[in-house]
Amino acid sequence: MGNTSSMLTQYDIEEVQEHCKHAYRNGGGFILTDEFLTVPEFAVNPLSQRLLRMLNSLNFKEFVAFLSAFSPRVPLQQKIEFIFKLYDSDNNGKVTFHDMLDVLRDLTGQFISEQQREQVLTRVLEEAGYTKDSMLVLSDFVKILGSSSDLKMEVEVPVD
Amino acid sequence: MKTLAMDAAGKLISSSYELDLYRPNIEDYLPSGSSINEPHGELRLRDLLDISPTLTEAAGAIVDDSFTRCFKSIPPEFWNWNIYLFPLWCFGVLVRYLILFPARVLILTIGWIIFLSSFIPVHLLLKGHDTLRRKLERLLVELICCFFVASWTGVVNYHGPRPSIRPKQVYVANHTSMIDFIVLQQMTAFAVIMQKHPGWVGLLQSTILESVGCIWFNRTEAKDREIVARKLRDRVQGADNNPLLIFPEGTCVNNHYTVMFKKGAFELGCMVCPIAIKYNKIFADAFWNSRKQSFTMHLLQLMTSWAVVCDVWYLEPQTLKPGETAIEFAERLYASALII
Repeated sequence: MGNTSSMLTQYDIEEVQEHCKHAYRNGGGFILTDEFLTVPEFAVNPLSQRLLRMLNSLNFKEFVAFLSAFSPRVPLQQKIEFIFKLYDSDNNGKVTFHDMLDVLRDLTGQFISEQQREQVLTRVLEEAGYTKDSMLVLSDFVKILGSSSDLKMEVEVPVD
Repeated sequence: MKTLAMDAAGKLISSSYELDLYRPNIEDYLPSGSSINEPHGELRLRDLLDISPTLTEAAGAIVDDSFTRCFKSIPPEFWNWNIYLFPLWCFGVLVRYLILFPARVLILTIGWIIFLSSFIPVHLLLKGHDTLRRKLERLLVELICCFFVASWTGVVNYHGPRPSIRPKQVYVANHTSMIDFIVLQQMTAFAVIMQKHPGWVGLLQSTILESVGCIWFNRTEAKDREIVARKLRDRVQGADNNPLLIFPEGTCVNNHYTVMFKKGAFELGCMVCPIAIKYNKIFADAFWNSRKQSFTMHLLQLMTSWAVVCDVWYLEPQTLKPGETAIEFAERLYASALII
């Protein structure tokens, strides 16, 4: 596939939807998340389960909106919001110590023990001025992640 | 996201993971008794919360896959839809299916008979004499690969110095189809690292290819990665093992583009010798879309084509330059492979 990145326009979305109707083997126009697990690179990604939960029963337009967080033309705020939503598994707008620990476990599970994980997280939180019981909201995330501009979360849409 | 790993002595060392870009200094944050080899900076909340590399990879995988499904492999242009060429093409089909194909099946059958009748005795009888047995098995595997290549009327041009058996070296090649491995194996016996396939291919993998020292992995098992990484490291240290061949793209690509190499092959700390394989599409489309075709169908398709013509370039061995990360090394090799 060539590597020119492009932001999908409305016309593109409709065209792609036409092409992809048969490709996704579903009648109701919903993305079946099991299909993603057949992509090996996705299946071995430690955050795949969380992403699948977020993707559950999206229709195609919502799916494209979901992916838009990875467009180079989208503001940093939207990307941080995406990350926040991933952490906030119960969708109550607050990320707790346990939420962060869960994601950390997904990423480092087999490499360090639970106790060490908790220790690292506690110390790092304290250093940043929070406590173990703090509940972070979106603005906290923006403050923490937005301070340096090297948050790179971009995916190139292959256009042939 | 950075990951931390325990080495054999229980000390905490930082290990690389996927798009790991820098290693944190965990030492400051853990109780005494643990240490790390290369502190690089301080771990902040920001670093822990920043999961963007992992997310980018996951999203990239989805997007890539979606667009592969929708914009599929390049279809061949129809050149035979006119009154002059069509009869010729029909004649060609007859020749291919009725003359060439049976001849090739015959060659292949003879090859298998010779191979099996030599391999099985060697394998069973020479159990005690390992070096001799391995040498003979290596030769036999090379032989059967020659037969395979002959069965597709393979014309392979080799350029460059032939691979030799040396410790601390690893070969990387681009991957178009399972037959890449056979084409290379014909010249020198390699130990490959491959995805375990079901069916008769899997059977072949576990019996015959085991003898040349291949390593298997199962992509869907996340823990498998670690085991395989360890096996790889042990293998390259050994002096008399067959040279290790890795296909860093991780999947079959349609031979028009090389997909960005995954960096695992470049972290083993040894010399990397690139091999570029280019198939001439006029004679046969060697791309194996493993989701659409089984290997048997793919082989049959090849055996009913005119020929498999390819070029194999053995490129200059490269090592990790001081200060280069595995990713940069991979990029450098990717760039040099593109020139071919």
